[in-house]
Amino acid sequence: MSIDIKTVNVEPKRQTFAHVARRLGSDKPASRYEEGVFDVQATKHFHYRPLWGPEHWHFDEGRTAIGMEDWYLFKDPRQLYYGTYTIARANMHQTTDHNFAFEEKRDMLANIDPAWREMIVGYLIPLRHYEWGANMNACSISDAGYGTAITSAAIFTAGDRLGIAQILSRIGIVLGGGDGELLDEAKQQWMEADAWQGVRKAVEDSLVLKDWFEALLAQFLVMDGMIYPLVYNHFDTEGQRHGAAALSMLCEFMVDWSAEHNRWVDAVVKVAAKESDENQALLSDWYGTWRDTMTEALAPLASMVMADAAEAALRDVHQQLDDRAAKLGLSI
Amino acid sequence: MTPPRKKKLNLKKRYELMTRGLDWETSYQKMDDVFPYDTFEGIKITDWSKWEDPFRLTMDAYWKYQGEKERKLYAVLDSFAQNNGQLGISDARYVNAIKLFLTGVTPLEYQAHRHFAHLGRHIRGVGPRVAAQMQSLDELRHAQTQIHTISHYNKYFDGFAEFPHMHDRVWYLSVPKSFFDDACSAGPFEFFTAISFAFEYVLTNLLFVPFMSGAAYNGDLATVTFGFSAQSDEARHMTLGIEVIKFMLEQHPDNLPIVQQWVDKWFWRGHKMLGLVAMMMDYMLPKRIMSWKEAWEIYFTEAGGALFEDLSRYGLRVPKYADIATDEAEHISHQNWSIFYQYTQAAGFHTWLPSDEEMAWLSEKYPNTFDKYYRPRFEMWREMEARGERFYNNALPQLCQTCQIPMGYTEPGDPTRIGFRSTEYAGERYHFCSDGCKDIFENEPEKFSQAWLPVHQIFQGNCGGAELSDVLEWYHMKNGTDNMDYTGSPDQKQWDAWQSVRKRVAG
Repeated sequence: MSIDIKTVNVEPKRQTFAHVARRLGSDKPASRYEEGVFDVQATKHFHYRPLWGPEHWHFDEGRTAIGMEDWYLFKDPRQLYYGTYTIARANMHQTTDHNFAFEEKRDMLANIDPAWREMIVGYLIPLRHYEWGANMNACSISDAGYGTAITSAAIFTAGDRLGIAQILSRIGIVLGGGDGELLDEAKQQWMEADAWQGVRKAVEDSLVLKDWFEALLAQFLVMDGMIYPLVYNHFDTEGQRHGAAALSMLCEFMVDWSAEHNRWVDAVVKVAAKESDENQALLSDWYGTWRDTMTEALAPLASMVMADAAEAALRDVHQQLDDRAAKLGLSI
Repeated sequence: MTPPRKKKLNLKKRYELMTRGLDWETSYQKMDDVFPYDTFEGIKITDWSKWEDPFRLTMDAYWKYQGEKERKLYAVLDSFAQNNGQLGISDARYVNAIKLFLTGVTPLEYQAHRHFAHLGRHIRGVGPRVAAQMQSLDELRHAQTQIHTISHYNKYFDGFAEFPHMHDRVWYLSVPKSFFDDACSAGPFEFFTAISFAFEYVLTNLLFVPFMSGAAYNGDLATVTFGFSAQSDEARHMTLGIEVIKFMLEQHPDNLPIVQQWVDKWFWRGHKMLGLVAMMMDYMLPKRIMSWKEAWEIYFTEAGGALFEDLSRYGLRVPKYADIATDEAEHISHQNWSIFYQYTQAAGFHTWLPSDEEMAWLSEKYPNTFDKYYRPRFEMWREMEARGERFYNNALPQLCQTCQIPMGYTEPGDPTRIGFRSTEYAGERYHFCSDGCKDIFENEPEKFSQAWLPVHQIFQGNCGGAELSDVLEWYHMKNGTDNMDYTGSPDQKQWDAWQSVRKRVAG
């Protein structure tokens, strides 16, 4: 039997907000990403020059040398707004929690070669500080960036980097049998070990950049683009040969996250480079400088972990990144 | 390396390792270059490690709790849309309250997201930095969930569609916008004092309770669900606000006079801005919760009184002019609604005169002032409407240089005389509605003389032209649709049509 539910027939007057309709080309249903991001940032008639930097308004296109006709071309291919962001990360982290529980129950990290355990403290745990530097750059981009498309994705990234730093801390705690001693040891490496000084210097140099887009390119494309494949691919493979398979499971979050994050980074860089020859030249210039810095900075770390195989690993990472950058429209 | 032994960290220690341990003293770049903004205000911090984390949320816990809240909220929003929840509200006049919210408040949530990111990057202490980052995320959440909640109303009612465009231009929206611009252009410690303490801690209930209870009383299930969902975020923001104030006061005695001046300033700024909420509460809600005066007594006089008593051990006193603000709670809603009634032609929401029943409620709630000063005015306007001579004020009002509200407020102690103050700075004369606003200007004349005053801008020809129709077009405000009285508006016609169909269906 079919029944007829009586309702009042109500017709909408419009499908979406006017500024969203202008971007979509007509008044049609918009996604939550579009409504939650498009034109949310104020653009005009600011009242007071910041006491902390009167050369710009607090939202100001002039905080980068990259020029854009439309800052909402930087659409996030992941379409993340706050709701989809937190739900996605909560799901990803559920797997991480599960992996930690699984390994702790079986004491799996205890089975790693003692020498390699020491190596992990030397190469992996100090990365929590690298992630904290990335968190600071992500906050800077969210602070100084222009348009909600950039600033919302940047603060999500800031949250991601803090989350990753905390996963690495957790690995250090488990590896050390439950307290923070190994974290102190790893911090000392970050501060003093030769293997890390090039990276630490690059990170500190990135923290004083005045141009937020340069920070984005340096951190997300170049530094991450070399460190992630080097550590979570090459070093991890090396670890497998020393009985560290259990570690790979605990780093799964970073591997998955990085693949997702790169989709956003690539989209942003590609759009900026395509916008104008000036942008393309500037981005290519920044790219070259930071890639050379990082190639040099990573050499001692790579040889510490991979010895004779280090050079080939770095060459591979370097090549992969150049190929990726070329696809995004940069001159190598 | 020593073999692992099983040890267990307590939560506090674990949280410290997970956050504060991440930071390091930079050596390739100077710390003062990495953190260039946290000293110029003169706030002295001798030991950042004394910061007590007001809540200890690791990122994974944050994702989990917040993700769960989002799932529930969006389920309600979907169901609200599917079931045409807008039909269940008390009356379509109610919708004007959320027009004011979306155009006036939501863009501020976004500004808060940005500036908490600024603090989350630039404060030297790791504890407050992590707390600020989470608040930056939360504030983005509030901006986006508000837009998504109100998105459904936008489909059926006017006045919402151009909210960001209006926020940057419309005369009365420069009141909330300049308030937040003021905070974001200040140093990080002033921002903490302004937003985390004065606004989120001292005054937040006066914004949140009226709008969210107003939504509950008026059948707006979507907005009330958003309000409940945001409550636990707000609780975190409040604890951050009180912790920051205590921390600054505990760190160095020289901080007290600076903090006191900020507390005075931001209390007064907040009080003036919340006058818009006062008007919403007393005049725009078809079903009223309580009067503004009652809300002020509960949330400022009582709760604020207890708070400042507690803070007196640090030497902090009740904000300057709190007594005057309390006196103004008898007047501010009536005076503001009168301003909007007179300028309905340039308002992005609808206006109306209170009915007999509503005036009786106002008499009861404001026994000292309503019948004596405000009822006669509304009754006169009602008679004029009946004669077909509805009163419009066609002269552009003078605005207060600080709060940017038209100068319609009366002298403390004399509700028959308009208050008026002025001062000279760099050869120009500036005008104010009150001693509080004049003091704020005189403490920072270089800053406040820059204000983008909408009326000045219209006179200077920067707002589309000299005629009202030019300015409305520049505002993207549709004449006869978004503005003017509720009676006769497309909103009203549509609402009445829905009601008559429902009666037929029910009958």
